[in-house]
Amino acid sequence: MTATPHEKTGAFEFLTTKKDELVGWARKFSIFPYPFVTACCAMEFMSVSSTIYDTDRFGAALPRFSPRQSDLMMVVGTITHKQAPILKRVYEQMCEPKWVMAFGVCASSGGFYRNYATLQGIDTIIPVDVYIPGCPPRPEMVIDGIMQLQDKIARARHPIVTDKF
Amino acid sequence: MGTGHFEILREQLAQDHEAVITHGLVAVVLPREDLLAVATRLKASLGFDLFLDVTAVDWPQRTPRFEVVYHFYSTRDFVRVRLKTTVPEDDPVVDSLVSLYGSAGFMERECHDMYGIRFRGNPDLRPILLYEGFEGHPLRKDYPKEREQPLVRYRT
Repeated sequence: MTATPHEKTGAFEFLTTKKDELVGWARKFSIFPYPFVTACCAMEFMSVSSTIYDTDRFGAALPRFSPRQSDLMMVVGTITHKQAPILKRVYEQMCEPKWVMAFGVCASSGGFYRNYATLQGIDTIIPVDVYIPGCPPRPEMVIDGIMQLQDKIARARHPIVTDKF
Repeated sequence: MGTGHFEILREQLAQDHEAVITHGLVAVVLPREDLLAVATRLKASLGFDLFLDVTAVDWPQRTPRFEVVYHFYSTRDFVRVRLKTTVPEDDPVVDSLVSLYGSAGFMERECHDMYGIRFRGNPDLRPILLYEGFEGHPLRKDYPKEREQPLVRYRT
């Protein structure tokens, strides 16, 4: 049985939803991460990106190596005070909407580095949406972090009239 | 390399300074005035063609306070030599070995960063691991453990 191209069946012609839910649904499955990778957590990032764990299942597989094309900055590894201005600059170059994930305990809080060199958590200089603990985190924890971020994205409201408008 | 060669090397280096065999290398303790001369001799006549590292040790209770430690390696004889000298806190200066070993430049910069040892004759002692504007020398024992010198203003 062949389908007639323009035959109107009456089913799935249109659907109704809320704008907030539609935008959230669309956004949460098209996260383009920017891997800001500085340290050993990179190994775990590679593991979680590739087969078996595979962040592509969450629409978050394609790393954009330009901050201007990305939505999610994954800060993977220790950030030193010397590195901090670069992190800040890259964050500022990202277009809205943007999210930040602190991947691993060093990015979250400085980890076991408490010395002259290490930034005590990237949230001292940029806002962070998801913290993933662990040294390094298990891939399951990263995936859980991505899913929590997806929930956060989906929950966001997008009012037509805002305080800026 | 057998112990015989070590002993010969030790005797050659022990002519003017204290030299002992320890940890599989020949360790020489010498005053800082003799450093450049001994290093020149190591390179020119004893075959030590590879400069491994220079670092310092901070002994807050001792006078003089800092030890500066050099390691050399001979790719011909497969042996190592350690040179150890001391510098006081108020005048932490030793001669640079850049004229002998080009690779000493970066390592001396690092040592200058971390311990504040100045290397006379090194043309470029800008910070290498630290950043411009960093005060103090973080690997000195009197640098406060938790002192931070951030470059980016913290979010409130």
